[in-house]
Amino acid sequence: MTRRHLLSAADLTRADAEEILTTAASMHDIQHREVKKLPTLRGRTVINLFFEDSTRTRTSFELAGKWMSADTINISAKGSSASKGESLRDTVLTVDAMSVDAFIIRHSASGACHQVAGWVDASVINAGDGTHEHPTQALLDAYTMQQRIGSLEGRHIAIVGDLTHSRVFRSNLILLRTLGARLTVVAPPTLLPSGIGAWSARDGFTVSSDLDAVLTGDDVPDAVMMLRVQKERMSGGYFPTAREYAVGYGMTASRYRALSAANPDVAILHPGPMNRGLEISPEAADSPHSVILDQVSAGVAVRMAVLYHLLAADTTEVAV
Amino acid sequence: MTARLLVRGASILGGDRADLLVEDGVVTQVGSVSSGDGVEALDADGLVALPGFVDLHTHLREPGREDAETVASGSAAAAAGGYAAVLAMANTSPVTDTAEAAERVLDLGRACGLVDVQPVGAVSKGLAGEELAELGLMARSRASVRVFSDDGKCVQDARLMRRALEYVRAFGGVVSQHSQDTRLADGNACCHEGEISGRYGLPGWPSVAEEVVVARDVMLARHTGSRVHVAHVSTPGAVEVIRWAKAQGIAVTAEVTPHHLALTTDLVSGYDPVYKVNPPLRPEEFTLVLREALADGTIDAVATDHAPHALNDKQHAFVDAAFGMLGLETAFAVVHDLMVATGQMSMERLAEVMSVAPARIAGLSELHGRPIAVGEPATFALVDPSARWTVDREASASLSRNNPWHGRSYAGRVVATLLRGRVTARDGVVVSAGE
Repeated sequence: MTRRHLLSAADLTRADAEEILTTAASMHDIQHREVKKLPTLRGRTVINLFFEDSTRTRTSFELAGKWMSADTINISAKGSSASKGESLRDTVLTVDAMSVDAFIIRHSASGACHQVAGWVDASVINAGDGTHEHPTQALLDAYTMQQRIGSLEGRHIAIVGDLTHSRVFRSNLILLRTLGARLTVVAPPTLLPSGIGAWSARDGFTVSSDLDAVLTGDDVPDAVMMLRVQKERMSGGYFPTAREYAVGYGMTASRYRALSAANPDVAILHPGPMNRGLEISPEAADSPHSVILDQVSAGVAVRMAVLYHLLAADTTEVAV
Repeated sequence: MTARLLVRGASILGGDRADLLVEDGVVTQVGSVSSGDGVEALDADGLVALPGFVDLHTHLREPGREDAETVASGSAAAAAGGYAAVLAMANTSPVTDTAEAAERVLDLGRACGLVDVQPVGAVSKGLAGEELAELGLMARSRASVRVFSDDGKCVQDARLMRRALEYVRAFGGVVSQHSQDTRLADGNACCHEGEISGRYGLPGWPSVAEEVVVARDVMLARHTGSRVHVAHVSTPGAVEVIRWAKAQGIAVTAEVTPHHLALTTDLVSGYDPVYKVNPPLRPEEFTLVLREALADGTIDAVATDHAPHALNDKQHAFVDAAFGMLGLETAFAVVHDLMVATGQMSMERLAEVMSVAPARIAGLSELHGRPIAVGEPATFALVDPSARWTVDREASASLSRNNPWHGRSYAGRVVATLLRGRVTARDGVVVSAGE
């Protein structure tokens, strides 16, 4: 793999993705060692530039960098925007001028990482841009699923929730299809992205607004990913109440029982942070089918693998 | 001493060739004219003479954002593009919502003298959409304002729109509406709502947000018996409503921009803010409907919505960048290439949509959009339909560089522009007064 940036899941060929996931498995082993340190990125500088709050993504990127001996610096640039203070471009050019090796960027604007990649010399990794993409989340989701249910080739995966505003959905849709999975996406019509009819026809995935039919119909999913629903969507008129959303589109206790009866090996995912009782019930989240904490655990290993392939693969062998 | 200019061998509106003798800004002979001693000659062999273009929709940014454009630089870009008159939109700082502000813009234009700069007055005070601006005083001012618009903002309140339409009828005014229901497409909406906005996670600007306002406004025009003008039509649904309204005899006119005829929404997939404009670029099938509507007369005019922006207002994340793109210097080439060179529209129709109709809509027909004939003002664009050229944003007279046409090639170029006998631009270069 010889690329500089990871901006979109679409940047990865199947071979690229599989290479990263294989490396991630090696990295995952390191996590269980007492001394979690590789010399791989010694002397490299990685900047976590977060224009939006994040706990798990920022922490796991920071750990990934540190465990590979990179100098990792966190910059919280929240509140920076076109209207106030320094522009995005000036902020990144300022840091880039200090000769850093990589930017890990989260920004509230879709496409922000693409634009930054055009401005700087360093590598850019998209850690979430607006409602566009979050490719490392998709990689860790794929990794987690593979660990639980094996190869994704031909497997049926359902993604459920606020698709319109979800960067996790967009990256997973691309990556899971790259890895050979069959996708069904489920949301109330108000939370289906615009143009999804033409989009699904062009790319080959299924769209539904009937969750029960998807979970317990003829083609029971091998994995179900529940997306976070932000409560402020109610004021936008996307759905009337939390109660109504949970009944229609949540992984309720009864829905979980029906699903796990239909497929005893099903994996249930959630990118976090969860709204228990809204999109997912505690019965499902804490069940043996849930891989939600495995996702968090995989996050560091997958991000180590991404850093390795973008920053180190050309110069050193992976040493584990 | 009489100022004389002989324009030799131009094809009039793409038809017969003739020499045009211009004396003191007026055409005095058409036909075969022998050049007398000391008469300056302009060789127009192979060129087509069209009435100088009139732009219903220009942002000159002065006063307030002279770093992006001034009346002088915008006038220069207009002259280079074959324009003889531009309507300067009111969303400056301060807003053109008083007689004094309108006269100031008029005077800045006159001082420059490259094109007739006709101010557009705001419909509402400060473009706030709440109270009527002093429409009558602007109309009675030296600027004789006839076109009113809150452009950039849509008059949301149906009652205010109704009152504005009724009020301007007294002096033959027209309200030009930027049609955008802000509940359906708010300030963040920056990409045509469709597959591209869905895939790329950009806030969608749905067609229906334009169409519901156009539908409301044509009914208000019918109710009040007043004229309404639809700015930058961008959707097939809006075209349908306008076609229906015209068939009912409602006094509605409409303009389309070169970019909505030529450029498409997939361009924003690279997140380059140069393609961010309001209303947004639409899918290709929309551009085809708009071209058809321009050819068949449903859409009356081409208007540029020339919207210069300083670099620092475009160098942001896509959703944070300013809306708008340049258009004055490229409008003729784009429209000619897409519509005339393809045979979809005649050169006469191009003259109609770029000069005659906009002059009529703006109330400027005494000076602009005139026939090319004896006794008429010598206000022309001389164009070379066969010249293919590639747009270079650095060659622009505009102060701004937000030019989506950069690097694109078109057939058809403006060679010279005349305003009442004076050559204001040659080969894209402005000729200052006295040269």
